[in-house]
Amino acid sequence: MTALLEIRDLKAEVAGRQILNGLDLTVNKGEIHAIMGPNGAGKSTLSYVLSGKPGYTITGGEVYLNGEDLFAMEADERAAKGLFLAFQYPLEIPGVATLTFLRSALNAQRRKRGEEELSSPDLLKRVRELAKQLGIDPDMLRRPLNVGFSGGEKKRNETLQMALLEPKLCVLDETDSGLDIDALKVVANGVNQLRAPERGMIVITHYQRLLDYIVPDVVHVLAAGRIVETGGKELALELEARGYAQYQSEAA
Amino acid sequence: MNAPVTTIRTEAEQGLVDAFTAAAPSLPGGVAVTAARAAAFEAFSRTGLPHRRTEAWRYTDLRRFMRDAKPLAPFPNLDLAATAATAGFIAADLDFRRLVVVDGIFMPSLSDLSGLEEGLTIRSFGAVLGEDAPLLPDVLRDALPEYDPAMALNAALARDGVWISLAPGVAIERPLHLVFVSTGESPTSVFSRSRVTLGAGARLSLLETHEAADGVAHQVNAALGLLVGDAAELTHVKVTAEGDAVLHVGSLIASVGARAKISTCGFALRGAVVRNQMFVRLAGADTQAEISGVSLLGGRQHVDQSLLLSHAAPGGTSRETFKAVVDGTAHAAFQGKIAVEQAAQQTDARMMARALLLSEEAEAYCKPELEIFADDVQCGHGATVGTLDDQLKFYLMARGIPAKEAETLLIQAFVGEVLDGIAHEGLREALTAATVNWLEARA
Repeated sequence: MTALLEIRDLKAEVAGRQILNGLDLTVNKGEIHAIMGPNGAGKSTLSYVLSGKPGYTITGGEVYLNGEDLFAMEADERAAKGLFLAFQYPLEIPGVATLTFLRSALNAQRRKRGEEELSSPDLLKRVRELAKQLGIDPDMLRRPLNVGFSGGEKKRNETLQMALLEPKLCVLDETDSGLDIDALKVVANGVNQLRAPERGMIVITHYQRLLDYIVPDVVHVLAAGRIVETGGKELALELEARGYAQYQSEAA
Repeated sequence: MNAPVTTIRTEAEQGLVDAFTAAAPSLPGGVAVTAARAAAFEAFSRTGLPHRRTEAWRYTDLRRFMRDAKPLAPFPNLDLAATAATAGFIAADLDFRRLVVVDGIFMPSLSDLSGLEEGLTIRSFGAVLGEDAPLLPDVLRDALPEYDPAMALNAALARDGVWISLAPGVAIERPLHLVFVSTGESPTSVFSRSRVTLGAGARLSLLETHEAADGVAHQVNAALGLLVGDAAELTHVKVTAEGDAVLHVGSLIASVGARAKISTCGFALRGAVVRNQMFVRLAGADTQAEISGVSLLGGRQHVDQSLLLSHAAPGGTSRETFKAVVDGTAHAAFQGKIAVEQAAQQTDARMMARALLLSEEAEAYCKPELEIFADDVQCGHGATVGTLDDQLKFYLMARGIPAKEAETLLIQAFVGEVLDGIAHEGLREALTAATVNWLEARA
């Protein structure tokens, strides 16, 4: 069976600094993988390299999404193939209404996959349903994307996009950052509803707390740009207890 | 010493002198108008065309852009019906009252003058000048700087245009569309002057469009005076969409009465060289002004939207927003000055000019200025020149939106801040559609 995501010996640098140092990771359909690690380990770099953010140079290794070479695709093609990055800091785009953005994104993906575009009324209906589930004020949909949204609203909006676009692989970059416990529960609940046999997830987090709500199948420790330890969900609790100091000294 | 003063003139300046000398006897006007024309031309011939050391024109060097002066346009005698039918494309789907000016001459036969609303008068400007009415009433003159070369030339040489008057208290629902077209296969100089006067409490929407075919290097000088009476409301949009060889110098001169509202937007879409200058004087107390501009330019275009806004009375509020999207090797310029006179206490004025560069070789110049003589005011200005934000573009692409479409969305959003302020829904949609077409054409 082809893995949903296969990363082999991935090396990447940004601004001339090597951040990823031979990272290996395989995610199969239906699995949730947590990636934990100290600050500066390369967690966000991994998410950006996977999603195709400019400014990162791949210096070695390869990545396959459902058997297809990820690095042969532009960021928008990766998205159409089912990759979704939930941003740690979702951006504000003045002048682009949230609904316009959602319609453009969904229909661009559908066009690229040769599917029919969703009509405006159908899209509105679907978005309203999702907004209700996630406790998003429908008025927010008319406002410019993320402009003036609170941290919690932005993360809910990311979750809404994820639910609407129905990706195959979700990468959640520090989704817990900047969230109070109530907002965290809402977002985690939204993410859990997307758990499916056909879908994989990578949950990147510094803290164990998020994993109480989004329970992973596998936990990895990322330090100095490589996976240095892999275990079950109990590994997250151990890390919480003993901290990352041991990995940092290993890396040094 | 009585040594003769010899002025060295450029070919274009000499051409204008010759044109004025030849045309002056036949230009409409009584004794006063004729004298005013002569004085205006005298002032022009002393200073010549503005150039880069003329501060108000520093980014638009007319001496360089005007190698020669084209002959004055003859009275239009072409197949006018065809020209007029296709002109004004921006408002093709809108039921505006069309008033057509061909080669600087108001053409009633091509205009819609049927069922004029009570209180609305529409005449030929030339006919009004023939009665020796002033070229520029004093209240409009007050909005201008001491001397402006484009206005001086226009005063000297304008033969005709549209003269519109709206009686006090009259609100006209159907917008007026001034359709300016320059015709002919050989380049000409086209001077026109128009005026719109709103009585106290009157209300009007006005669209002004300028068109000409590609490949003909017409030199267009169009002036429009707006007299907005007390508590009157005027919205005005000017679209420059002339051919790819046209030089357009346009002047808007507005005087706004107490508690009146004015909204004006310059939308520069086409033309080789465009100078769109606005002179707005908030003459009465407690006025509200929205003054904006959108310039979309590429290739080798040069577009300069400039503003002199005078707050002359207390309590005026104004918002100035100018946006330029610059592609190719085009040059965009904005010079904006807010002058707050001593009497204009409690003025609230904010000006923002932003340019978006889409190519390595595009250039934008912004020069905002404040000149404040009152001590109790809130004034601010800002200017930015930048490129599309890569982070925003990546965010859109990470959701599946292709690069080009992401750029289009971001540019539309950039321009949308101005276009969203256009009150007339149909016109707002038409200008948005023109923006989308422009963006798609650059792809």
